[in-house]
Amino acid sequence: MSADEDAGTARALLTVEALDVSFATGRERVHAVRGVGFEIRPGECLAIVGESGSGKSVTARALMGLAGQGSSVTAKRLELDGEDLTRIGDRRWRELRGGKVGMVLQDALSSLDPLRTVGAEVAETLRNHRTVPRDERRERAVALLEQVRVPDPRLRARQYPHQLSGGQRQRALIASAMAADPPLLIADEPTTALDVTVQARILDLLSTMKDAGTAVLLISHDLSVVARLADRIAVMHEGVFVEQGTAEQVLRSPSAPYTRRLLAAVPSGRARPAGGAASRDGGNAPASGNGSPPEEILAVDGVSKIYPRPDGTRRPAVDGVSLTLGRGEILGVVGESGSGKSTLAGLVLGLQDPDAGTVSFLGTPWSHVPEPRRRPLRGRIQFVHQDPLASFDPRYTVERVVTEALGSPGRRAVRRRRDEIAELLHRVGLDASLLGRHPRRLSGGQRQRVAIARALAPRPEVIVCDEPVSALDVSVQAQVLDLFADLRASLGVSLLFISHDLGVIHHLSDRVIVMREGRIVESGPVDEVFHRPAHPYTQDLLAALPQPTTTSDAAPA
Amino acid sequence: MNATVRWLVRRLLLTVLVTAGAATVAFAGMRLTPGDPVRTLLGSPPTPELLRQVRHELGYDRPLLEQYGLFMGRLLRGDLGHSYQLQQPVARVIGDQLWATLELAAAGFLLAVTVATVLAVATAGRRPALRRLAVALELLAISTPSFWTGVLLLTFFAFRWQVFPVISGSGPQGLVLPAVALALSLVGVFAQVLREGLERALEEPFALTSRARGSGETAVRIRHALRHALIPMITLSGWCVGALLSGAVVIETIFSRQGLGRVMATAIAGRDLPVVTGVVVVSALAFSVINLAVDGLYRVVDPRLRGAAL
Amino acid sequence: MTGRRSLGVAAAAAMLALLAIAVVWPALLAPHAPDAVDPAAALAAPTSDHYFGTDELGRDVFSRVVHGARPSVAIGLGATAIAVVLGSLLGVLAAVGGRVVDEAVMRVADVFLAFPGLLLALLVVAILGPGTGNAMLAIGCSLTPGFVRLARGQALVVRDSDYVRAAITLGAPRPVIYLRHVLPNALPPLLVLAMVNVGTAIIAGSSLSFLGLGPKPPTPEWGAMLSEGRDFLEIAWAMAVFPGLALTVAVVSVNVVGRTLQRRFEGRLPHVGR
Repeated sequence: MSADEDAGTARALLTVEALDVSFATGRERVHAVRGVGFEIRPGECLAIVGESGSGKSVTARALMGLAGQGSSVTAKRLELDGEDLTRIGDRRWRELRGGKVGMVLQDALSSLDPLRTVGAEVAETLRNHRTVPRDERRERAVALLEQVRVPDPRLRARQYPHQLSGGQRQRALIASAMAADPPLLIADEPTTALDVTVQARILDLLSTMKDAGTAVLLISHDLSVVARLADRIAVMHEGVFVEQGTAEQVLRSPSAPYTRRLLAAVPSGRARPAGGAASRDGGNAPASGNGSPPEEILAVDGVSKIYPRPDGTRRPAVDGVSLTLGRGEILGVVGESGSGKSTLAGLVLGLQDPDAGTVSFLGTPWSHVPEPRRRPLRGRIQFVHQDPLASFDPRYTVERVVTEALGSPGRRAVRRRRDEIAELLHRVGLDASLLGRHPRRLSGGQRQRVAIARALAPRPEVIVCDEPVSALDVSVQAQVLDLFADLRASLGVSLLFISHDLGVIHHLSDRVIVMREGRIVESGPVDEVFHRPAHPYTQDLLAALPQPTTTSDAAPA
Repeated sequence: MNATVRWLVRRLLLTVLVTAGAATVAFAGMRLTPGDPVRTLLGSPPTPELLRQVRHELGYDRPLLEQYGLFMGRLLRGDLGHSYQLQQPVARVIGDQLWATLELAAAGFLLAVTVATVLAVATAGRRPALRRLAVALELLAISTPSFWTGVLLLTFFAFRWQVFPVISGSGPQGLVLPAVALALSLVGVFAQVLREGLERALEEPFALTSRARGSGETAVRIRHALRHALIPMITLSGWCVGALLSGAVVIETIFSRQGLGRVMATAIAGRDLPVVTGVVVVSALAFSVINLAVDGLYRVVDPRLRGAAL
Repeated sequence: MTGRRSLGVAAAAAMLALLAIAVVWPALLAPHAPDAVDPAAALAAPTSDHYFGTDELGRDVFSRVVHGARPSVAIGLGATAIAVVLGSLLGVLAAVGGRVVDEAVMRVADVFLAFPGLLLALLVVAILGPGTGNAMLAIGCSLTPGFVRLARGQALVVRDSDYVRAAITLGAPRPVIYLRHVLPNALPPLLVLAMVNVGTAIIAGSSLSFLGLGPKPPTPEWGAMLSEGRDFLEIAWAMAVFPGLALTVAVVSVNVVGRTLQRRFEGRLPHVGR
């Protein structure tokens, strides 16, 4: 299972054999992890990859004795540094946590106590393990922050988590996990909430620690993140390891069908996968040919929108943005969080009026017109957004959600329009048996399909999509993206597709604009921008993009 | 700091505004009273002569707006009017009785907070049976009117077992039963809010992170979760002042204790409006000031609010 | 676990049913007339004839407790109804009426919120004089500001919600959106608060009666009975203890049922308050 050539040089730090974790829920027991086994050596990184609910986080927590209430953990072997973890008591567990195993969770904003200073949080590990005398703790905390390259560590130690940037918080969290110098670090989705450029730097930091001899157990849903750091990869699905091997083996020649599905679903930033949705439909799509430019149906001309910020200053969220969208075209809008993408969506949809500039839709003015003038055209520009559940009236069933979009949500309308509704659902790939359900009883992918069905109901020319797949698991993501490509091909609908994810944008768009701090920094056909980026910011974004299938990480550092 | 100054100015203005509003409501109430306050004041049917004279002395013959101005002006100088029944300035009546009520309120509050904290820390997220028992007891405490607990305490501890005096004088002995009765009406709400806050905080990732650093369960609860649970407690302060004051009215009556509450109850029964409005205005002022202090406390406990101007 | 909880809820619901009978048709439960005086049997301890004993005039305490349900419940329900109606109207007005109206309504609500607890009710009673109707009005007024705040906040949350935005993008006219989405989604939390407040209002009403500011004397009312019983604690403890017990049991039942409904509602409305 493990790489044999290393076997002589280093003893395994952590050995796990036949690990089972189950939870008591009511009268039943749910098995979250079944028969999992692996080893990690010092200076090595093992990644456990899986989608949400696969049991990867539970596995990680079980290794720290923190599987949670009502859990039962059994294993044939569970050894850390020669110590049998199956027969130790509460007290010893506390010594091990932080002392021999450090843990870093995703989303450092909620993983650091918001009411305590960053320094106090880092020092807590020192305090629990009496690593240094009381009066030296503060100094040591500052030194630790410096070690993980938090700029201005003395100031940061006195500040509260919300005053730090996302990357700095994540570094501080790593510093607190490493304070007592544990030989094993468990990193559970350490980069998930971060922008790509920051993500890359955090992965570099973890990589240096690995080189310094720390064993790293990396938990992630993102194969491209894993590829940057892992020596070995275990793929987890429904509580079991479906595949385990060296990073190269798993990424290059996966043996399990599930792994292949996962790999196929990762949208690559560099090359469109052969046979991917966009290129498959490329021939039919009116805009993707290289003939005459398509008819322009939406034009945004120099719009700005200014919001007051909580500290009283005013800052433009969107600043002099111009764009056009042709019939049947997919325009990708890329940018990190806070770049003004969502504000732009609101302006294009006519939900807000810009403070400067104009929007026109189907050749008529769309901004600064009274709502009754906009109303008859509203159905022709629709919206799909990141959190579909929030966009459904909480009292409505799927049927009423869709019927409302067709006219009125009354029960009579439902009966009259049964065929139309069934056809819409069929089009988005949903079974008609879901009609009577409440959206909250559906899966994330199904909910997003309902939202798409609703958007299609009034037969729109344009659909504005604001991060429509970022809350979904990767394999579901790919299916929903394919659905968008299909709809464009079959209905000729145009999409304004907003995402922070370059891979997703590349996968789907014809043209792309790159936004930063409310401005467009670059725009052009998608291949041009991705292959020959002109603006340094675009170059940064692309450079930071993790690549799942390269082997550069395997080369000696 | 700039934001803090702006916040303070805004909040001070709001406090003044609210207190002035409360005084206005009190004034309007006094003048809207059905029946002639001067007749109430004089008791037996007075001669028209006397009626006119007293009216003039009290300023009731002037235009309403002028009366309002005079009333507010007197308030500013701390003059709350003259009690019909007690034949004393209202300010002195309140001054004499304030201390006894504060003593009772402080004792009841501290007792309630202590018991609630122990109860919540001990039962939050712990064994279901224990937790369910605590929840049931709290619901009982919330649903029990304090005048009934007062009567029960009197029946058993004062009459039956004679542990504490029936009429609570000024000694600490006399404070015990009223304070317990008052605390019982608060403890249920406090414990519930605290437990809910604790349980929410214990579910947060930072609690897990702290455990992963090797912190013990008690350390996680006290070092991390308790501070988070205190924030919703602070929002309760308004309710709490109200509960303490209304509790004082009832409890002082039951235990025949001195205090503002009892003065208020007697004044209402005797339609002694200057005393009623006086107590109301003073409590509204106290309430606003406490709210201001509590808002400040918020910013101390939650550093995330320090940058906000509102 | 759920079994034991629903047992408690069932018991509370049964108590509420009994309470309803006592309110609607007290003679069905009460063995004696509430005002039947019998000086010979004054201040008696509980017996098989007088379950809760008798008071200083020899009236049957049990019968008076049964008849006392009506004014207590009337004050509680009436005050809550006043607060819900007045509060929702003002709150929604503040939310949709533009900046000036909003500021005006909310500052006035702030002023009224500055009268802590029973104080506003006491002031109103001091002005209007004691009595059932006045007590109801007084407590209703003191509960109103809370409903104003909630109604306004709720209307704003729903108005700015993604599903209302979705309805706008579908081209629905504003009045339709308010009727179809805003009102039905803003209302349930108000009703939940109302249910939770009924118990508080009942206690407040009895507190006023206890202070002699509620219904006039011969009318049996729990708070007033308790107050009368206070003078005879040494000789006839039952006189004060049982009316209080009835009050507590009624409020516990209202609260248990209210909370159960609250949990139901909040489970059904995952987005409220987000």
